[in-house]
Amino acid sequence: MIKSLSIPERQSMLAIVLLFLAISAAMAGLADRGVMSTHGLMAFGILVLLGFYIAGSFYGPDKSKVSKSRYYDDPTLAGVFLSLFWAIIGMGIGVWVAALLYWPDMAEGISWLSFGRIRPGHTTGIIFGFGGNALIATSFHVVQRTTRARLADSVSPWLILLGYNIFCLWAVTGYLMGSTQSKEYAEAEWYADILLVLVWVGYFVLYIRTLARRNEPHIYVANWYYLAFILVVAILHIVNNLAVPVRLTSAESFPVWAGVQDAMVQWWYGHNAVAFFLTAGFLGMLYYFLPIRSGRPIWSYRLSIVSFWGIVFFYIWVGSHHLHYTALPYWAQTLGMTFSVMLLVPSWASAGNALLTLNGAWHKVRDDATLRFMFVAAVFYGLSTFEGSFLAIRPVNSLSHYTDWTVGHVHSGTLGWVAMIVFGAIYTIIPQLTGRKEMIWPRAVEWHFWLAVAGTLIYVVAMWNAGITQGLMWRAYDENGALSYSFIESVKAMAPYYLLRTIGGALFLAGAVLCVLNCRETMKNAQGEATDRPLVAPVGTVEA
Amino acid sequence: MLKLHYNLEKVSMGLVAAIIVAASIGGIVEIAPLFTIDETVEIPEDMRPNTPLELAGREIYIREGCYACHSQMVRSLADELDRYGPYSMTSESAYDRPMLWGSKRTGPDLARLGEKYSDTWHVQHLLDPRSVVPASIMPSYSWLDQDLDADLIKDQLTTLARLGVPYNEEMIKQARQDLFAQTQPDSEFVEGLNARYGERVAVRSFDGDVSRLTELDALVAYLQSLGQLTLEPYDLFEEVAQ
Repeated sequence: MIKSLSIPERQSMLAIVLLFLAISAAMAGLADRGVMSTHGLMAFGILVLLGFYIAGSFYGPDKSKVSKSRYYDDPTLAGVFLSLFWAIIGMGIGVWVAALLYWPDMAEGISWLSFGRIRPGHTTGIIFGFGGNALIATSFHVVQRTTRARLADSVSPWLILLGYNIFCLWAVTGYLMGSTQSKEYAEAEWYADILLVLVWVGYFVLYIRTLARRNEPHIYVANWYYLAFILVVAILHIVNNLAVPVRLTSAESFPVWAGVQDAMVQWWYGHNAVAFFLTAGFLGMLYYFLPIRSGRPIWSYRLSIVSFWGIVFFYIWVGSHHLHYTALPYWAQTLGMTFSVMLLVPSWASAGNALLTLNGAWHKVRDDATLRFMFVAAVFYGLSTFEGSFLAIRPVNSLSHYTDWTVGHVHSGTLGWVAMIVFGAIYTIIPQLTGRKEMIWPRAVEWHFWLAVAGTLIYVVAMWNAGITQGLMWRAYDENGALSYSFIESVKAMAPYYLLRTIGGALFLAGAVLCVLNCRETMKNAQGEATDRPLVAPVGTVEA
Repeated sequence: MLKLHYNLEKVSMGLVAAIIVAASIGGIVEIAPLFTIDETVEIPEDMRPNTPLELAGREIYIREGCYACHSQMVRSLADELDRYGPYSMTSESAYDRPMLWGSKRTGPDLARLGEKYSDTWHVQHLLDPRSVVPASIMPSYSWLDQDLDADLIKDQLTTLARLGVPYNEEMIKQARQDLFAQTQPDSEFVEGLNARYGERVAVRSFDGDVSRLTELDALVAYLQSLGQLTLEPYDLFEEVAQ
């Protein structure tokens, strides 16, 4: 990191680290209740280490002059490794919580290992830790290549990664200590939410400044998706997390939204976390890495325009399908359902566009496990968006809601689509940035692929069966007009599926571990760096 | 249209503005009308906010992530009415910050749980679920036997009142006293608690040990209050049944 920074850049980096060191010290000292103070200390510790690192190598070798004429790939590599770190944490917790549902006594007496506290650790670790870092890392990579310009500055990418990962750490460790807002996928406490807003502003500014330096007249479609991801996640995050802290010196807060309005805001956020965090950003990834890896241009540029605006406009409406038959006004439920069905059009347009791009490159799909990851991702994207529209239909939802079918649906999206496209992207980036032709262990990529596919299929099929069984048992009546099953009978019926789900998850985790080892070994045996270079245009010829 | 987009692709801030507009419309249409909820949803006359002890219990419910497996929202479907009771009404969660409707039923819905089981059952079930429900897969919450930390209770009521929950000055002033009184049926302060929150508030030692105020006390008091803050849904249900 430090080698690529000039002396003034090192100065500003050190100044900012010292500033936040003071803030975190104040937080640790002033907070009068446990969690917030612990979080202040954590940030303090990390910043002290970073401060020593920068100060210690302050006058070390300066390669910033050379670096400035190249793409800035160090933050991308750091982001990829942070993403993989969180993947192991998040998936590991996932396997643990899955096992707890089959062996509930495993966590006996240890509060921070119990299902309720650790489950948001799984979702946050995966969505924000694994997914978010992968999005930030690949967006740095993609925005530079598609604009043929270097990142607008060298300091802010590091601060973005640093702040973002402190947010993830605060969130996940907070839940284990019992600190949570309880809003699904937005459980982090108010001060962590504020940190994320700061990080996000920096991220947006960096992205826009890099776009402004572009040497291509047009902004490539992948960047539209990354932009939509950055912008809309900011809106969702701020509105959903509006809260009044009980005291400025403690983590507890109450949301400004209450009851039915809180439910509507929460699921407007919740479903668009799926849309703009878990879909838009990853579609950006797909639109860049799939054509690159397959060596084929996107099949239809026009179709990508239609599907982009369709996704941006339709998705926002659909959150209320999480609230069918509840106390939410009926018209709002109906709007959610209607737009969910319409959403199938732009979703399948994207999936179809991706698959048709592979026309003429199917032999590569057969031979190249990396491209196969992306192909399977596109297929699962198509499948899970169809399933999503289907489950949003009110009568279908009456059966599926509250059951494990929803969990299966989410995982067909996250395992089958999101994780697969990330792995495809990582296996493309790592060799490129290490000046290699391919990963050091190509066979391990192949193994990873089949572990991931097998794990996903076992997981999803088990959860389909579990969910439909639950839904049918809950609504079954006997000939006397009484309910056929007590609730606990439906719990007993889940046992085999919960075991299968744990096995599926463990296979998927095993594949991810292979990926980490493979990436580490490939990095160790780097043969150089990326050979592509930005187009350096004469000053003043590029319009913003 | 294509020509328009051809030009839009060249202006980054144009794309930014277009994305913000396109992504805002749906949310505004669905969320903004809910600001009129005060005028459109009638709060039942007997509706009360949670007592300080129940509120402390609610915070423990949130802390332990109970909402991840238990919903608090009975849908208007025949089997749910038969299994749980009257469907949940908008007014019942009007004071809930945050709402705890939930999204998954690994365990049953809890919206109508209050006064269905005894306190002893709840305590036993929380400490060792499989001793009362052998097939249960709920975690054992053995650590809930610790003393309740009630330091924040006054600030919590103050914050909620500022946000519009009907806690009056008296309730805020006496928050700590009310919190302790709810587990001390013989205390002289029970009268004040009942005057502020109504006669239907359950006053008893929920964990069976009068000498200590534990997290179990608070959590069980909260669980016993679920669906009991107003009885209107049950009355309406009766009327329709007849």
